[in-house]
Amino acid sequence: MTEINREIILDVKHLEVTFVNNKKSFRAVKDVNFEIYKGETFALVGESGSGKTTIGRAIIGLNDTSNGDIIYKGKKINTHLSKQESKDLTRQMQMIFQDPAASLNERATISYCIAEGLDNFKLYKDEKEKQEKIDNALKSVGLLPEHKSRYPHEFSGGQRQRVGIARAMVMEPDFIIADEPISALDVSIRAQVLNLMNKFKEERGLTYLFIAHDLSVVRYFSDRIAVIHKGRIVEIAPTEDLFAYPLHPYTRSLLQSVPMPDPRIEKSKELLIYDESKRDLSGEKPKLREIVKDHYVFMNDREKAEYEIKLEKMIKDKEESNK
Amino acid sequence: MENNIILSVKDLEVKFKVRDRELTAIRNISMDFEEGKVVAIVGESGSGKSVFTKTFTGMLDINGRITNGEIYFENEDISKIVKDSEWERIRGKKIATIFQDPMTSLNPVRTIGYQISEVIIKHQGKSKEDAKQLAIELMQKVGIKDAESRYDEYPFQYSGGMRQRIVIAIALACKPKILICDEPTTALDVTIQAQIIQLIKDLAEEYKFTTIYITHDLGVVANVADIVAVMYAGQIVEYGLIEEVFYDPRHPYTWGLLSSLPQLGDKGDDLFAIKGTPPSLFQEIKGDGFAPRSEYSLKIDFEKEPPMFKVSDTHYAKTWLLDPRAPKVEKPKTIQNLHEKMLNLTSKGGVYSDRDK
Repeated sequence: MTEINREIILDVKHLEVTFVNNKKSFRAVKDVNFEIYKGETFALVGESGSGKTTIGRAIIGLNDTSNGDIIYKGKKINTHLSKQESKDLTRQMQMIFQDPAASLNERATISYCIAEGLDNFKLYKDEKEKQEKIDNALKSVGLLPEHKSRYPHEFSGGQRQRVGIARAMVMEPDFIIADEPISALDVSIRAQVLNLMNKFKEERGLTYLFIAHDLSVVRYFSDRIAVIHKGRIVEIAPTEDLFAYPLHPYTRSLLQSVPMPDPRIEKSKELLIYDESKRDLSGEKPKLREIVKDHYVFMNDREKAEYEIKLEKMIKDKEESNK
Repeated sequence: MENNIILSVKDLEVKFKVRDRELTAIRNISMDFEEGKVVAIVGESGSGKSVFTKTFTGMLDINGRITNGEIYFENEDISKIVKDSEWERIRGKKIATIFQDPMTSLNPVRTIGYQISEVIIKHQGKSKEDAKQLAIELMQKVGIKDAESRYDEYPFQYSGGMRQRIVIAIALACKPKILICDEPTTALDVTIQAQIIQLIKDLAEEYKFTTIYITHDLGVVANVADIVAVMYAGQIVEYGLIEEVFYDPRHPYTWGLLSSLPQLGDKGDDLFAIKGTPPSLFQEIKGDGFAPRSEYSLKIDFEKEPPMFKVSDTHYAKTWLLDPRAPKVEKPKTIQNLHEKMLNLTSKGGVYSDRDK
């Protein structure tokens, strides 16, 4: 991504999501800040319960927010919107869900599943155009127009996820939230779906918010990564930097626990366990701050000093190993 | 000394009846399991990897049956056992299984302690007090802190990783000879996954059981396995020591699996993807089941099923490419120098790089 055309498409400021249950409240997302630039793939990575899906759902309006702003194309969207505004937004922002079996209506034909959005928004002049749009959407994800009259259960998991993608794409969105789109799929099918998502990004200049837990996929697929732990972003960096110079101890433990498909590396690996209670948390309250350009870490002054030394050492080590 | 074979499978065939049609889930598998080793069975869903290991404990679904072959365990052909009561001698006691989802394998309305000691009382004939003592020891073994106070808690009070630890404790209660781990970490987070894998490894060393891992995650395989068996459409298509299969794979399906690893993808370029989908198991598969999806298929692949070719004493692959008459084909470029590529990735990768030191 070049500096000049860094247009912000989505800006999340001090986002907070609170769930209230029997008067007990739980803050699932705490003071989350990030920007997503037009045309990039921004990944939110974390473990289950970290709040990554909640953030995605808050952006698309499925979860209410208790504080903060979500600004899409310069306009605050986590507030009351007029009918027209909310309609426009729904068309521009689409979501691809994790489980393609659960997210498709099993009693509706593929044609209906895909056309539902078109129908709701009357995005066609006549029946002919509608059918054309459905056919094109199917073709673009590698399915055939003949598949239109079939039902979701007649498809394999990978094909169903293609339908899920076709359904999002037919709306011609600008922004896609993909919530673990490949984790329910088989290894050999994952590559197919990732390639498909990449194809759409290139062809249509889409922006993705990619929610995932698998760092090896994220490394291949994303431009920038935010690591989230217990509802808080602990580190944001461009993909290469995050993998080369991870600073926050949680990021490091997460990176290290991803098994590498290489027996010699794996067999000699030692386990790093992240235990917040064992960390030195002295000093003032930490905040998400920039340490070098575009690389943000959740830290206070004392930690910042430590990380700076660490970073310098890592850069030096790398230079040496490159010699 | 010859290695001891703890379990030996010969010409196994398993069929299922599905709505008046017959599906062949396992097509003639022969395989020996060496005592004390960790064997990983890799394959896509539907390749039959779970069905294969379910035959070791008589847990095939009601519409499935073994139609041919033998399974020898402790000098007995266990494939001939019919009665469930007879299976109880083996299932859980000598061959135990831990499943993917720790929530469904625990009873939600019984306490954790009850569920562990139940097994001890049943299989070891201990008294209630002794069983409780043993259960608490087991809980500590699998890494539950304050085991005593958590003994009376219910599954919902445990996190996913903790529940999987309990399932492991229950499986170990009878000191099994073989532990089958059926995707034990798929439902867990990566950091928890790493801990559970380590736990199973440590326990295998202490209790000296043979481990059979079923997984589709090649990273997990690289970490745990001594021996890998790659399954495709109900058959084992490649079998070998872990380093042989990762660094010198011979079957085009194994090539495809390794090539589609996201770690090997260059950003901006397409990932390698295996074309198409696995064959339907309702129909008879002619020739090599992977041939229609393979870039390397020969004419004979569509006509005749390949035998297991020997690559080394420990490494076998079922592909005509190994026939001396076949044209010489090299494995795809993506997976050549796999170790160097991964090292490169890791040395560029911060924490990744600490690993090698």
